[in-house]
Amino acid sequence: MSARATFATTRRVLEQLRRDHRTLALVLVVPPALLVLLRYVLDGSPGAFQRVAVPLVGLFPLIVMFLVTSIAMLRERTGGTLERLMSLPLSKLDLLAGYGLAFALLAAAQASVTSLVAFGLLGVDTAGPKPLVIALAVSNALLGVGLGLFLSAFATSEFQAVQFMPAVLLPQILLCGLFVQRALMPRALRIASDALPVTYAYDGLDRVARGLTDGRLWLDAAVVLGTVALSVALGSTTLRRRTP
Amino acid sequence: MSVSAPAVVVHDLFVERGRRTVLPSLSVDVPTGVVTGLLGPSGCGKTTLLRAIVGVQRVAGGSVTVLGLPAGTPQLRQRVAYMTQAPSVYADLTVLENLRYFAALVGGRERIVSVIATVGLGDRTSSLVRDLSGGERSRTSLAVALLGAPELLVLDEPTVGLDPRLRRELWETFHRLAADGTTLLVSTHVMDEADRCDHLLLMRDGLLIATGSPDELRAGAGTTDLETAFLALAERT
Repeated sequence: MSARATFATTRRVLEQLRRDHRTLALVLVVPPALLVLLRYVLDGSPGAFQRVAVPLVGLFPLIVMFLVTSIAMLRERTGGTLERLMSLPLSKLDLLAGYGLAFALLAAAQASVTSLVAFGLLGVDTAGPKPLVIALAVSNALLGVGLGLFLSAFATSEFQAVQFMPAVLLPQILLCGLFVQRALMPRALRIASDALPVTYAYDGLDRVARGLTDGRLWLDAAVVLGTVALSVALGSTTLRRRTP
Repeated sequence: MSVSAPAVVVHDLFVERGRRTVLPSLSVDVPTGVVTGLLGPSGCGKTTLLRAIVGVQRVAGGSVTVLGLPAGTPQLRQRVAYMTQAPSVYADLTVLENLRYFAALVGGRERIVSVIATVGLGDRTSSLVRDLSGGERSRTSLAVALLGAPELLVLDEPTVGLDPRLRRELWETFHRLAADGTTLLVSTHVMDEADRCDHLLLMRDGLLIATGSPDELRAGAGTTDLETAFLALAERT
């Protein structure tokens, strides 16, 4: 691996993002705006808002980075630049790490803005340390990058890539415990949710919100980061030096 | 023509794409240090052959040896540069940003200014690639290929859509690079470009139907005009 190639890729991806003002604005403004909306939707049951607000701050980056990565990788594949990169002395890991770093920075910015709004304006509180929320949000963003990277190999158009979000992420979000506590779900669904990474992403955030920063929190983080490593490894096998 | 070993030796190359056989059994050498032109109608397998030489084409049989190593060997990625037919640069970056990025990967940061001048984009360095004309985009892509000072430069139709003056300048650049020892393999379907090559490979339907210098091909076909020579050679196969 070469740090120079990794950082050059990060810089290049950030330069591309910087050009796309509208995407940047959407990434930074939509999550806090949705949180404000939810605050007033749940005006009559403030306890419910408190319960979901912290997990949402940390789950937005997962969804957004999944979409951004899928589309960005699909563009590399269809635009011919991936073929060029694969013919250059650039290791696949440098390319992936460069992307991961760029999107992690974007996710950190997104989580910071959303946290400021949640904690500063909306009166959301956590029993655990607030910087942990941002740290977990960044690791969730990396999960989105990993999954998006891997799945983008199976999309041949941007329409398909976008559809992977409801197909792959939405079921996990329904099962993770955000809407209904997992203990109240049918046994089969509970077992299924045990096998899905978003369950651990949610659980970690929920634990920080409730001040349960024990060993289980680190297990949650380890599962998320382990899934990141696995999906990046699988994703790198879809970057082919030789194509048909 | 130089007497050194060929830069590229293709032996019995067999390539299928989908169910179609694109190259049934191709054997050809590309001489070192000269400009070799690859000619043939659209769909005859030119791009597939170039991709096999660069090592990005999945091949089903035969061997491709480039600069003494099997095509696609990691060490060759620094020594061989490839310009695809469709410009493969980032449309949402400027010309300079593209070159800076690729220079970080292949080296040649100090050559950025000179390659920009070579492709005639000196006044467009801070333009976004998506705002450029088609010819300017492909020149950006060519500039990237020139960055790493490769020993073998593989160019797939590099002069499409360029005005005649710039085309002539680029061909002068190709010959200057060859004089400095670079091997160039350039696909084209323009006859007056074929005449500028030191060596020609003529393909048709995945087969190599003639090789030689433009003069040799004219003499072999008994004509004074390259286009007529090609038609005659194509009919003989």
